[in-house]
Amino acid sequence: MSARPVPLRRTTAGSSAAPAESAPAGTTPAESTPGTSAPDPLRARAAPSLVRTVAALLRKELLVELRTLESVPGMSLFAVTVFVVFHFALNKNAVNGDEAAGILWVTLLLAAVLGINRLFVADAEEGGFDGFLLAPVDRSALLLAKALALLIYLVVLELVAVPAFALLLLEPSLGPALPGLPVVLLLGDLGVAAIGTLVAALAVRTRARDLLGPLLALPLLVPIVIGAARASAPLLTLGHTHGPPLRWLATLAVYDLIFGLIAYAVFDFLLED
Amino acid sequence: MTELAAQSSDEVPTPLPASPHAPPPALRLEGLTRHYGERTALGDVSLTLAAGQTLVVLGSNGAGKTTLLRLLATLLRPHAGVLRVLGSDLPDAAWAVRGRIGLLGHEPLLYRELTPRENLRFHARLHGVHEERVEELLDAVGLAARAREPLRTLSRGLTQRVAIARAVLHDPELLLLDEPRANLDPAGIELVEDLIGPGGTAEADLTRRIRTRVLCSHDPAADLPQADLVLGLRAGRQALLARPSELDADAIAELYR
Amino acid sequence: MPAKSLRTLSIATVAVMALALALVFFYAPLEAEQGFLQKIFYVHVPLAIVALCGFVVGGLFAIQYLRTRDPRWDLRSYVTIHMSLIFAVGTLISGSIWAKGSWGHWWVWSEPTLVSFLIVFLLYATYQPLRFAIEDPERQARYAAVFAITAGAFVPMNFIAVRLSTAYLHPRVLGSTSNLPPQMALTFLVSLVAIALLFATLCSYELLAKRTRWQLRALRRRLADEYPLSAPRRGRSAAPAHYEVSA
Repeated sequence: MSARPVPLRRTTAGSSAAPAESAPAGTTPAESTPGTSAPDPLRARAAPSLVRTVAALLRKELLVELRTLESVPGMSLFAVTVFVVFHFALNKNAVNGDEAAGILWVTLLLAAVLGINRLFVADAEEGGFDGFLLAPVDRSALLLAKALALLIYLVVLELVAVPAFALLLLEPSLGPALPGLPVVLLLGDLGVAAIGTLVAALAVRTRARDLLGPLLALPLLVPIVIGAARASAPLLTLGHTHGPPLRWLATLAVYDLIFGLIAYAVFDFLLED
Repeated sequence: MTELAAQSSDEVPTPLPASPHAPPPALRLEGLTRHYGERTALGDVSLTLAAGQTLVVLGSNGAGKTTLLRLLATLLRPHAGVLRVLGSDLPDAAWAVRGRIGLLGHEPLLYRELTPRENLRFHARLHGVHEERVEELLDAVGLAARAREPLRTLSRGLTQRVAIARAVLHDPELLLLDEPRANLDPAGIELVEDLIGPGGTAEADLTRRIRTRVLCSHDPAADLPQADLVLGLRAGRQALLARPSELDADAIAELYR
Repeated sequence: MPAKSLRTLSIATVAVMALALALVFFYAPLEAEQGFLQKIFYVHVPLAIVALCGFVVGGLFAIQYLRTRDPRWDLRSYVTIHMSLIFAVGTLISGSIWAKGSWGHWWVWSEPTLVSFLIVFLLYATYQPLRFAIEDPERQARYAAVFAITAGAFVPMNFIAVRLSTAYLHPRVLGSTSNLPPQMALTFLVSLVAIALLFATLCSYELLAKRTRWQLRALRRRLADEYPLSAPRRGRSAAPAHYEVSA
């Protein structure tokens, strides 16, 4: 046991140590009667801010993922395997244009679904929801943290899958596509992250969660596929000269924004009991 | 059943010495009800618990003890009745009391892949608590040596100790305990006795604050001595509410019939 | 809805539907290109419009449920979505018949209404399995409401996205609803009202049936409390069951 009382709360400078140290031993029981409405100096800055909370949650999320490696490697491996399957299924050595965009996005989507299925499983099984729900924090922080985590997983997935795609199936070289393609990928990923997190939270506490997750997510993700595939197709065509069509980028951005807002608005209702 | 409900909530005295400003009760329940579909999980429970007192809840499995605890922890919404915890009405003012309540349920609420230290630090960040307190608690539960191993390598007893540390990490005013000694070995029980006790011991920082406690118990012999008020639940209904001195063995046995 | 106004509604529905049928067969002129088959337009498009509105209204009822926690709103949301799903299937079938008749294929990707409805159908087909997979009735209602709101917002956006994706491929093959000659426009309007009334009537009947079942179960439960016999437990359904919630 430490000799000096440790300030309980992480507070701003000046107010932290004083109350704890000034209370002399022997008189504290009377002063710390709970249930009073007088402000408690130890809790002057109790609730952490939204940014801090999201950071703490994200840190925990990434730490668990690093330890278990259950999402990202699986998603990446799955994507590469699917490319191989496509080669045999389509009986083609190289694809171009619309076909290329389609194969890429279908594969990314199916791999994303794997990640979505796993997103809340650890929390649901290990009682993590309750632990979070008891904390004096804004509950939307969980949505933000999980969506950010999923976004990170998707980016890592793409860092593996897109070069693999270029290697295995893509006919034109990836170089000219480069400035535009990451923009399309990012806009698509934002939408998948928002919708995926919402659907994952919806499906995780039901009985058929592995089935309901994809069934709910895929129709909702169709507009993203439409926008992303149409936007990438010109980039993955032999001999293209211009960037991704702005119209589709705008469609993606609007869809991402609207669904991000909807997810933010309804998420709390999924957590409470 | 009605003859066992010896006391009404008005007759339970507050233990604190008379003072011009008696603090408001820590808990006030009136007709608290929660349904699960067509079944009544908790029906029409009423009691008042003054600050710093300990309520022991008895009842067989499925009697509604866990439901009651979750309602008090703001994890469930009441379906009917009044629920006032630490001066705030739930569920409307739940935000005001979260962070002042500690819950130790059946689940440890910890991530098995993370170490005890990482788990406690995570909860410390969620509650805005200094990381040094994590170290204090790890020492207090005797897990400083194994604080770097993933939780899944620890036995149930050790996990329970970490869970207790988590529950008291933010020095809550209201401590909700569901069979806290489950899975603990005698050494563990001794270590945590202070941490989950009523508090008010001036020397130890960790238990300086006097706490209100609600303790669900399957072991009346061990826990009744600590009780200021005893609630007996049966099939979700309030079967008895009395001070321990007014209870007899028959009344308690009745609950488990 | 009390029985008397339900009866009035039913009569009105039958009347308007009869009027619409009469107009479709005897009043509206034959279209030049497609001939008689084109008349299915008077069924297909109103079904589509009413189903779309139904899904959105289901989402609005779900918002009301989340705000008030009154299970009656959840029931209304469920019935509206349920009925819209049926009408959506009707849209798909009528659209398919139309496509076969005028284009030769049972399915065409170039008709954005049809394609949007396929996606919407696939999405809402998960509504009942979702409800069925959650046992706690209160959580079931809450999760279903979240789904209804998300999906309700999705419906118009999906429509726009699909429209955009097909617009620059082919011109609309099955005709659009703008620039209709006045006779066709009138017939269309009456058909629209008829289908909307049909929707409202069917929903009201289903609401009435479900609420009556709630009352029956409440009575049975009270009876079982007083005379504890083992009440026969029916199989679970995806429909919301009544549960006690404070008003």
